Amino acid sequence: MKTSAAPHNLLFQQLADILPQDAILTAKEDLHPYECDGLTAYRHLPLAVVLPTTTEQVQLIVKTCSRLKIPVVARGAGTGLSGGALPHEGGIVLSLARFKQIMEIDTVNLHARVQPGVRNLAISQAVDHLGLFYAPDPSSQIACSIGGNVAENSGGVHCLKYGLTVHNILEIKVVTIDGELLIIGNDRLDTPGYDLLALMTGSEGMLGIVVEVLVKLTVKPETVQVLMADFAMVNDAGDAVAAIISKGIIPAGLEMMDNPALRAAEDFIHAGYPIDANAILLCELDGTEDEVSEQVARVSAILKEYRAGTIHIAKTAAERARLWAGRKAAFPAVGRISPDYYCMDGTIPRKHLAHVLQKINDFSQTYALGVANVFHAGDGNLHPLILYDANRPGELEKAERFGADILALCVKVGGSITGEHGVGHEKLDSMCVQFGEAELEVFHAVKRAFDPDELLNPGKAVPTLHRCAELGAMHVHHGQLSHPELPRF
Amino acid sequence: MIADNDITSTLQEKVVAAIADQQPLNIMGGGSKAFYGNTTTGIPVQVAPHTGIIAYEPSELCITARAGTRLQDIEALLAANGQMLAFEPPCFSPDSTIGGVVASGLAGPARPWSGSVRDHVLGVKLITGYGKVASFGGQVMKNVAGYDISRLITGSMGTLGLILEVSLKVMPRPATELTLTLDLPSQEAFELVTTMRNSTLPLSATCYFDGCLYLRLSGVASHVVASHRKIGGEPLNNPDQFWEALRNQTHEFFQQYDRPLWRLSFPSSANVISRLEGNSLIEWGGSQRWVYTNIPVNLIRNIAHKGEGHATVYRGSLPGVNPFHPLQPNMLSVQQRLKQAMDPHSIFNIGRMYKDW
Repeated sequence: MKTSAAPHNLLFQQLADILPQDAILTAKEDLHPYECDGLTAYRHLPLAVVLPTTTEQVQLIVKTCSRLKIPVVARGAGTGLSGGALPHEGGIVLSLARFKQIMEIDTVNLHARVQPGVRNLAISQAVDHLGLFYAPDPSSQIACSIGGNVAENSGGVHCLKYGLTVHNILEIKVVTIDGELLIIGNDRLDTPGYDLLALMTGSEGMLGIVVEVLVKLTVKPETVQVLMADFAMVNDAGDAVAAIISKGIIPAGLEMMDNPALRAAEDFIHAGYPIDANAILLCELDGTEDEVSEQVARVSAILKEYRAGTIHIAKTAAERARLWAGRKAAFPAVGRISPDYYCMDGTIPRKHLAHVLQKINDFSQTYALGVANVFHAGDGNLHPLILYDANRPGELEKAERFGADILALCVKVGGSITGEHGVGHEKLDSMCVQFGEAELEVFHAVKRAFDPDELLNPGKAVPTLHRCAELGAMHVHHGQLSHPELPRF
Repeated sequence: MIADNDITSTLQEKVVAAIADQQPLNIMGGGSKAFYGNTTTGIPVQVAPHTGIIAYEPSELCITARAGTRLQDIEALLAANGQMLAFEPPCFSPDSTIGGVVASGLAGPARPWSGSVRDHVLGVKLITGYGKVASFGGQVMKNVAGYDISRLITGSMGTLGLILEVSLKVMPRPATELTLTLDLPSQEAFELVTTMRNSTLPLSATCYFDGCLYLRLSGVASHVVASHRKIGGEPLNNPDQFWEALRNQTHEFFQQYDRPLWRLSFPSSANVISRLEGNSLIEWGGSQRWVYTNIPVNLIRNIAHKGEGHATVYRGSLPGVNPFHPLQPNMLSVQQRLKQAMDPHSIFNIGRMYKDW
């Protein structure tokens, strides 16, 4: 979008009426930290960054931008991995970083009212002494904020049992593009009318700006136990996962790592992973003492049945923490063995795991790029980390094509292009693989209902029909369409 | 045996014709929830013949079925594999369909502990307001591609699209269940349930009726037995029969037809509201309260408001009263815009949820 200089001056003037001086950044050097989020391959400088502290300020800022037709990109902690918070060159970044307060903790109704800039982990820390926790735990939980979690519908290693963000929030306050404050949901078990709470969750800042969140708190389990099993065959590990779940056990976490991933993690964290294994499974079971010991016995038997080598049960809390630390640090660990890596986030029905991993290996050969796989095995969320070197000409593009092939494969086997990282800027083209015209039409209609001028995080999450048509045409033209058998339009 | 019968093209033709003729439709499943919400005057479209299981593998914890598939058939299939729909949707008639379950968004006794209908919806296939067949969500637990249309559709009473298929998360059945009864005055029952919520007791349903508190415990045997020792109370004979009667509203409380039946939804901590207490039954750890009353609508909705709740006329019509709780003006306008966006030709179940739209 092209905008003339005059509206900017008007914008800056009007922002200055709303905010103190230190809450408006316009100097280039101040804008640089905001030029990208966790996906650093894409960078833009916004016109300005604003750092409001009150809901009223957010309302006034949005009203002003709405009047002047200036795009607004909301930003939490900026840890997102899909470029969802990538600034718009003609717009402003509205940072919620100063909304840091935990406003209320209610131990009777088991909820906490927090501002969107509160870090995910800070909520659990604040209620730890009450025997409670906030369940969704994305690996970035030390840094990521709850507002961003709502925008992305974040998951984590415990979401198999405890659900995603959408299952763990009760109410949000949202500033709409006309500057109105909308209260969505409540602390009851249902709300009259349409379920806008579900619609807003994961909407990537395209429908409104979250300024307050009422999160559900969960009672901490009495006991937690972590098992680690190593496998000589990746397929066996995959089958063991299916067997555990079909026997009626829902572990608190069930994670898999392949050899390159576990090796990198072991080198980095020294978690005690067996570096010769082709795959390991980490299985966390929680509940009462009796419940957990019964489940440990059942899970161990299943793992043996599927040819696990050693089954190691963590003996202490410290050891448990170490086993998880290796998994949670898998991304930075892989960062140590490769100059760059590109993290994918596809989901698949679990039964296709062996097939998908085999195909990823094939792609890896074809593109001559390494890959390490970490996998939220319990819920079918795959994170292949494609290893590349951005300094080698063409390698980033190759990694991106490799990634797009993986996502197309996920869609083909009945999965999705993104389980928890969001579409953002990154996966717009892959959206064209997962969705056709009929779906995109509805997405655009929803967007129009909330934001007719497309000012909230424009150009993200939902590709235009035109883009998808062009992409389809382009790929066919070059004979590069990954899966010509997929229905497109 | 569930018949495999795909009538997508017939249904789509009807929607396309409705758009062309500007003739609204009345989407019908098994008709078992026709009493719920407003009536709509459109041309009936029968989705019930659209049946069949598209995919079900127990290890995937997901079932995908055509919308007309009967709820009881699905539940039987799941039970045969040791699984269930953990939100315990009411089955008001053998004809209740899975599409109706999702469209109405009604859940049963386990709701506060197992989650709502939408918490279990993974995907839907719809005929959209543009007359096209579109799939949202999928069969996987985690999916953040595009807006969450499948959860939005849940509970929208058929006003945003015609549901063709649904994918639902399924869960293992608990190993053991035990229901305890305690004769307690309402205040004490309320306080007991409040403390239990903030514990690791394996509570999976509560009911307070006629001076008796019913507590269902679900989980591994050792935990259930230990919890019984902690709580006390008398084990109930035929507990399944009791909870099923509650869930499907065949329980004696629900057999009164001389007055409207209200459903009040409250935060769990809202204390018992004495003036409504007379003829009531309380579920969901205090969050869902059923009341028969003739007191004026404004009064009951004010009472609900004061307890930070809302009130629905669940059954029995009151002239001029919308069964669903009125929306705040700014929320009303957002919802109307959303309806207009998804159903631009105004053909789906007009007025079924709120009058005129």
